[in-house]
Amino acid sequence: MTAISEIAPPPRQAAANDAPLVIGEREFTSRLLIGTGKYKTNEVMVQAIEASGAEIVTVAVRRVDLDRAHEEGILHHLDPARFFLLSNTAGCYTAEDAIRYARLARAAGFNEWIKLEVIGDKETLLPDTDGLLAATRTLAAEGFKVMAYTNDDLITALRLEDAGAAAVMPLASPIGSGLGLLNPYSIRTIKHRLSVPVIVDAGVGTASDACITMEQGVDGILMNTAVAAANDPVAMAHAMRLAVSAGRQAYLAGRMPRREVAVPSSPTTGMLG
Amino acid sequence: MPNAPLSTMFRLMTHTTVPDGGVIAPMVNGERRSVAAGSTLGDLLRSLELDPRTVVIEHNGVVLRDRDAYDALTLGTNDNVEIVHFVGGG
Repeated sequence: MTAISEIAPPPRQAAANDAPLVIGEREFTSRLLIGTGKYKTNEVMVQAIEASGAEIVTVAVRRVDLDRAHEEGILHHLDPARFFLLSNTAGCYTAEDAIRYARLARAAGFNEWIKLEVIGDKETLLPDTDGLLAATRTLAAEGFKVMAYTNDDLITALRLEDAGAAAVMPLASPIGSGLGLLNPYSIRTIKHRLSVPVIVDAGVGTASDACITMEQGVDGILMNTAVAAANDPVAMAHAMRLAVSAGRQAYLAGRMPRREVAVPSSPTTGMLG
Repeated sequence: MPNAPLSTMFRLMTHTTVPDGGVIAPMVNGERRSVAAGSTLGDLLRSLELDPRTVVIEHNGVVLRDRDAYDALTLGTNDNVEIVHFVGGG
C-alpha cells in the first residue's frame, strides 16, 4: 500500500470569506468530518480520507482479537499526528456503556473528545435521547468535549447544549441509510437556535445531499457510509469535499428568494417595434 | 488449572518469566486465559505480543490511564481484563 508519507498533504485552508470551524476552542478548516468504517481495504480508506480533505476522522473502540494478536489496529494505517481522532461510542445502548467506551477512548491519550452515541433502537439506530443527555452531563463534567449524535429534534438539541455538549450532531436521516436530508426545516431551526456548532451526522448519500445540508447553514457534516460504500470511495470523497465547500459557499453567499412567478432576466424595454 | 488445555499450560509454563509453579486464569477479553501466578499486566501484554502504546486496558472495570503502571499490576485469577484498540468506525 502507499505509505502515508508518500501522499502529499491536501491543502487545508478555509475559504477566504469563511471563518474556521471552532469546536471546543479548537479550530478546524475542513467542514467535512469523515468516518473510517466499512472500507474494502485500509489503503482505500486512507486515500479516501486524503481526498476528502477532512481533519477530523472518527474511529471506534473494540476488543483486540487476541487469537490474531498481530491484527493491526487502525492507527497502523492512519497517522494520528496528521488527523484529529474522534472516537465514537457506536454500538452502545445505555449511558453507562457509552461512558465506559468514552473513558477507554480517552485513555488512548490522543484527546478528550468523544462522538457520543447512545442508540435506542436496533432497527433504526435512532438515539435514546434520555441516555444521551445523561451521558453528556456525566462526560462533560469529566472534562470531555462531547459531540452528541442526536435526532433532528430541537428540544433535545437545546437540552444537549445545556448539558454541556461541545457540538450537537443531528442526523439528516438514519445512520447508513443514504436517504439524504429529510427535514431541512428541523436542521435549520436547530442551527438557528443553538450557540454550539451543529454538525449534521448520518444519512447523507451523495454529493447533492451534502451540498443541500450545508446550504441550511450548519457548521459541518460527518459522514462515513456515503463515501465507504460508493463504487469509487476516493472519487466520492473528493466529490463530498467539493459539495460541502459549495454548499457552505452558497449559504454564505445567501440565496435569492423563492418566487412563485417568473421574473424576466433580460430587459423588458428596448424591444423592437 | 483444571480447565486449561494441557498444551496451553505447557506453553505458558515453559515461557513464563515468573515460574513459581502456579497458574491462574483471569478473564481477558471475555475468555479465561492461563498465565503464571505472579504475572503482571505487563507480562500478559508481552505474552500476547501487544505493544502497550497501541492498546488501552480496563482492569476490573477501571480504565488504566498510566501505561507505566502495567508492570506493577499483578494479576489475580478473578481479575477481569479488557484490552481494546481503535478500529474503523463512523
